Amino acid sequence: MAKNLAPDTKKKPLFLSWLQLRKERSRLLVAIAGISFADLLMFLQMGFRGALFSSAVEFHDSLNGEIVMLSSRSRSLISLDRFTERRLYEIAGVTGVESVSPIYLNSLQWRNPDNKEIWDIYAIGINPEHSVMNLSGVQANREKLREPDTALFNASSRQEFGAIAQQFESGQPIITEINERQIQIRGLFHLSPTFGINGYLITSDVNFLRMANFRQKGLIDVGVIKLKPNTDVQAVLAEMRSRLPNDVKVMTRDDYAKAEVAFWNASTPVGYTFDLGVVIAFIVGAVIVYQILYSDVTDHLPEYATLKAIGFRDRYLLIVVFQEALILAALGFIPGTAIALGVYRITFIATSLPMAMDVGRVIFVFVLTAMMCTASAAMAVRKLQTADPADIF
Amino acid sequence: MLHDRSLEESATVFSEPAISITKLNHYYGHGSLRKQVLFDINLQIQRGEIVIMTGPSGSGKTTLLTLMGSLRSIQSGSLKILGNELLNASKAQMTLTRRNIGYIFQAHNLLNFLTAYQNVEMALETQDVTAQAADCRIQDILMAVGLEERMHSYPSDLSGGQKQRVAIARALVSQPQIILADEPTAALDKKSGRDVVEIMEKLAKEQGCTILLVTHDNRILDLADRIITWKMDA
Repeated sequence: MAKNLAPDTKKKPLFLSWLQLRKERSRLLVAIAGISFADLLMFLQMGFRGALFSSAVEFHDSLNGEIVMLSSRSRSLISLDRFTERRLYEIAGVTGVESVSPIYLNSLQWRNPDNKEIWDIYAIGINPEHSVMNLSGVQANREKLREPDTALFNASSRQEFGAIAQQFESGQPIITEINERQIQIRGLFHLSPTFGINGYLITSDVNFLRMANFRQKGLIDVGVIKLKPNTDVQAVLAEMRSRLPNDVKVMTRDDYAKAEVAFWNASTPVGYTFDLGVVIAFIVGAVIVYQILYSDVTDHLPEYATLKAIGFRDRYLLIVVFQEALILAALGFIPGTAIALGVYRITFIATSLPMAMDVGRVIFVFVLTAMMCTASAAMAVRKLQTADPADIF
Repeated sequence: MLHDRSLEESATVFSEPAISITKLNHYYGHGSLRKQVLFDINLQIQRGEIVIMTGPSGSGKTTLLTLMGSLRSIQSGSLKILGNELLNASKAQMTLTRRNIGYIFQAHNLLNFLTAYQNVEMALETQDVTAQAADCRIQDILMAVGLEERMHSYPSDLSGGQKQRVAIARALVSQPQIILADEPTAALDKKSGRDVVEIMEKLAKEQGCTILLVTHDNRILDLADRIITWKMDA
């Protein structure tokens, strides 16, 4: 009907690539399934990698201070070294510093109150008088930690620790043992589990030292330094470095988080594993698309030769094959992304890892998919040259 | 529009034959395997002429057809299609020459993933036509070959004769000045073979185009203006 309305318009070209793909439904479905699968694999690998890094620095980001002090031998939350809190007080007098606060960290043995199993939990000992951690559950409940043998529990902990959050919220008192000492849970907070830490516990420094009776008072793991408003952080850092001996290091909170990411990326196999996973998924996808396109071109060679014979340029056929590749990329990407979102959700429920999809990743995977299909098409079109129009008679 | 164009071109139409071949030789293979298949061919075919070529297999008829169709490069001699020399023609020139020629193949060579209508439409892809003119021409030509009921069928749903008629419609829809056909009736029974060639001849006469037909089919020889018989060189 549109043709009658606009008699002068040029004839629309036939959408040959789509017509060709559409004719063979089963081959099209196999291709879409293969690309979706490759996309799903890439999304999963990137999702795990993203969850690894974003979960690893949730603790760092929650610290309420611009500067962090660590032992010079500390590398990560799972590779710590202690230093004397005197170092923290040595720089408390530097111009611009508002307050300093020590943090004790140690894995302790948590007894699951439901089944009495023992699991390691990552205990954080803070001064309850200071606002050291910017976590809503901690800010609201830290004063309860002044009482002896109390702690706050991480509601995002894995199930191995027991159904603590549910029981707490239903009003049941929760009393269990940590390093064989009876402790009462007085509040909840949220920190995602990481690849190295299954769950957190926050308590006061005094309670921490009671539970971890092997730890010496005054030997701390992290120092948090809060600056006065409008202070030049770099100048303060330079001043601190000039005063401190080299058994400790000071850095901004952002650099502290970056160092944690760098540790996971470079000093553990985890970052490499996921990067490799993305590469493998890309290759798997490319091989699938290549197989589909190659057999498609091969099956249609006599038809392509006919097109050459009736006056179509080679370029026309090249465009057809590349269009097919891009149509497949788009058709495979949509279900691949939808399934990935579902698997992210399932993974979050099963592991509490913060699997989140972001726009940048969606675009990146689409670009990879388009590259994967284009590269496959570039290999498959070499076969086109064997379509010789002289063969058709 | 067709008539306007033929008037405009009438000056060249009469000055040049449709196909003009002089001293054409062609060889296959290289070195000691080199074998000559065409020997010093001279042939003129005038515009509007219907020529049938017959002769034993292997005598080089198909080779000559591919050379005239600009599907193979000329090695020596001269071959002019509509006044354009094909010796030393570039790939692009060869492709452009093909657009003036309608081909009908022994096997119909339709695109299996396109309907009859779309197959015919493909021949107009390289032409500058409006959507409406294209639709008219496709419908008219499919009606002329008696396929108005099967326009939207795929080749797999058509009989051999019907497929060959789609192929004829495809060759003629772009109103080429030359039709080259290689045994178009070989895959057809006696009745539909004769029908197909008659349709081809009728449409070609209407459009004033030249037909060169290679065939072994004696029953259609009477349709030709001229018959060229090949002999095998021993």
